[in-house]
Amino acid sequence: MSLSSGTASFLAMLAIGLALLVGAPMVFDLFALLQVTVFVAMAVLALSQGFIWGYGGIMSFGQSAFFGLGGYTYAVVAMNAGDSTGAVLLAILLPTLFAALLGYFMFYGRISDAYVGVITLTVTIILFSVFNSTAGDAYTIGNAPLGGFNGMPAVPPLNIPGRPDLPLEPEQLWYASMGCLVLVYGLLRGILASRFGRVVVAIRENETRAQLLGYDTRLYKLLVFAIGGGIAGAAGCLFTNWGGFISPTVFSLATSAQVLIYVLVGGLGTLLGPILGAIAIQYLISLLGAQQVINANLVLGVILAAFVLLVPQGVVPVLRDALARLRPPSHPRAKPGNGLPDAAGVEAKP
Amino acid sequence: MMLQVQGLRAGYGRIPILAGASFSVAQGEFVGILGHNGMGKTTLLKALMGYLPATAGSVTLEGRDITRLSPTARARLGLGYVPQGRQIFGALTVRENLRMGCLLSKRPEAETIEAVLALFPRLHRLLDRAGGALSGGEQQLLALARCLCGDPRLVLLDEPTEGIQPSINEEIVETLLALRRSRDITILLVEQKLDFIAALAQRILIIQKGAITRETTPEAVQDPALIAEFVGMAA
Amino acid sequence: MTPLIQAQAATMRFGGVTAVNHVDFTLGEMELRCLIGPNGAGKSTFFKMLTGQLVPSSGAVLFRGRDITGAAPHEIARLGIGIKTQVPNVFNGLTVRENIAIAAARGKSVQQARRITEETLTRARLTGIAQRVVGQLAHGQRQWVEIATVLAQEPELVLLDEPAAGMTHEEVLRTAELIREINRSQALIVVEHDMQFIRMIARRVTVFNQGSILVEDDVEAVLANQAVRDVYLGKQAA
Repeated sequence: MSLSSGTASFLAMLAIGLALLVGAPMVFDLFALLQVTVFVAMAVLALSQGFIWGYGGIMSFGQSAFFGLGGYTYAVVAMNAGDSTGAVLLAILLPTLFAALLGYFMFYGRISDAYVGVITLTVTIILFSVFNSTAGDAYTIGNAPLGGFNGMPAVPPLNIPGRPDLPLEPEQLWYASMGCLVLVYGLLRGILASRFGRVVVAIRENETRAQLLGYDTRLYKLLVFAIGGGIAGAAGCLFTNWGGFISPTVFSLATSAQVLIYVLVGGLGTLLGPILGAIAIQYLISLLGAQQVINANLVLGVILAAFVLLVPQGVVPVLRDALARLRPPSHPRAKPGNGLPDAAGVEAKP
Repeated sequence: MMLQVQGLRAGYGRIPILAGASFSVAQGEFVGILGHNGMGKTTLLKALMGYLPATAGSVTLEGRDITRLSPTARARLGLGYVPQGRQIFGALTVRENLRMGCLLSKRPEAETIEAVLALFPRLHRLLDRAGGALSGGEQQLLALARCLCGDPRLVLLDEPTEGIQPSINEEIVETLLALRRSRDITILLVEQKLDFIAALAQRILIIQKGAITRETTPEAVQDPALIAEFVGMAA
Repeated sequence: MTPLIQAQAATMRFGGVTAVNHVDFTLGEMELRCLIGPNGAGKSTFFKMLTGQLVPSSGAVLFRGRDITGAAPHEIARLGIGIKTQVPNVFNGLTVRENIAIAAARGKSVQQARRITEETLTRARLTGIAQRVVGQLAHGQRQWVEIATVLAQEPELVLLDEPAAGMTHEEVLRTAELIREINRSQALIVVEHDMQFIRMIARRVTVFNQGSILVEDDVEAVLANQAVRDVYLGKQAA
């Protein structure tokens, strides 16, 4: 994909995002707006997974660990500080640092890729059981009781920075959440277009070659993992805000699995895919939640199995290829005699 | 006719590599395929074996249309394939590797292995070694031997000499020449080393841009001028 | 004068198997050395010890007198050692140009990197397929891409592990020509089994056998050596 067409698609995406940001409150009633607000928070979480897995090649089963840490950090700090601004910053910073620390042990410890999945999964399970066992007064941080498996109710909502007396209305929370999604999307597009991003993708393609070219692949993977952790933390912060509540279920295996399904359904190796996957799946879950006939998890399982079997690349890559077929090839044809009959129009990634 | 290929087209995704290849191979023949990198040699073998679907054209093995068959079904009809990279079962011993290859043989296993090993004296000494512990040359011999254990009618060989030390290449040539004398096997060989292909093939097909464009003799490929003309310049 | 690279009693053991056994090896600045020997003699393992992909079990590796034993691959690469590995290590999902651009980019300005990328594409004659995805190229073409990435890295020592494998006769000639050209400004160690190719480029040749150096001599002497014929060359007149 040439730079100019990349820039064009980025600007188009940005325009769509901003249009939704402004337009949604005009179209949706309050209930629907609250619903799409949580979809958007999950889309941010999906982006973190899509970035580290689809581009960094790091198979993390533990994005929900950073998501949950972000949520709890926000809850604890907001309850103590009154003002939410510091809480938001810490809800991003703490998961970033935690991911960096975990990443340091994994990537500098020369742990093989398969174990990265196992370790991240284990960390999630440990956090789940730790937060589950925080019932009682002994587990109160300042004014904030962690509450064990009951979680923390009545988490104060975001407020206008510096004005704890002005909490955000649901409509404003939508602006904040959607704004965060647009921002994270833009940030990741920027990262991927930079030299750093190119090296990240190269490492995914062949880590040995990247090392032999002089790139410290451990550092790159650590940074990718930490950025992913921070984004997941931001998503956790938005999620806690949405419900005014957080409980250890954020660390559950079901949450981790859901994120993977968002990315697989939407398309690995794209940014749009995880966003669309998250929103579609969340919408489906909310539909299923309204009825009692079929178990929602069962449906999720069937969807995952169907996608893995029938559309293993995910929706967005399939659509992109279909579009590319409709368009005439945009690249000049390869000169004859030096290669193959048709080298034109190859879009990245096999 | 052992193999008949008509207007075969195949490729990866949207890139067509084979653009209507047509040729045939007679029973007992040793045919070599020569061409530049990127002209479709490996793709041709993959398409013949069924690893790449044909988008057009047909492949007939001993009168039977196999164009739409799976690789397994083709193997059962007597198509053997030794790909680049050899694909040895590294954790299994040489003997176990050979036994894995015997599935399609109709003879008793011990008899099949005995017959094949007669052609590979070097492997005789290595029967209890793990496949992964063999050197590259020894692995190449094993890959060929394992393929022969399935009693194939037609063997597709993809660059058997690549990265192999000279003395083992000599052994491979000797083994294949012994097979050629036995006349009950047919071989289609992709190879870049001119002396190797000249020593083995009875007929040489030139592949250019995904099609068989010419046919020549083993004697002709010894001539550098002819080769430049036949194979065509890359750049 | 300090040698460019030196291995001192370098040894690599895997469990009970000694793949490289007390190898003493010295290469001078701007030298071109060929390494031959049976499959499994330890040549690729030796390369991995020089580039940090394997840490020697004992012994030392020195680059311009500096001990690099146990240094990470990226640190050694930054000192100026580039390697084309035996099994091609390329970025399969990226285009030819992207592969080379990544190699050219490290430690360079954007303009420098762009210039090196285009020069290398021309030098390796890859301009015509620069937009192709490497994973979809033929094996021999991918070899060229890998050689080009090594050149774009601008190393002072170039290690080539079987550069002619999978190449046509004509491409082998071109590779030999390229190697002689590289040798005008850089030192090389080349592992290859193709004796015609070795004869085209070699001056001094080191023969590995069973993890040790069997012979080290000028090319004619090595090819005429009876021990080398026995373990490696076979009956064919060298």
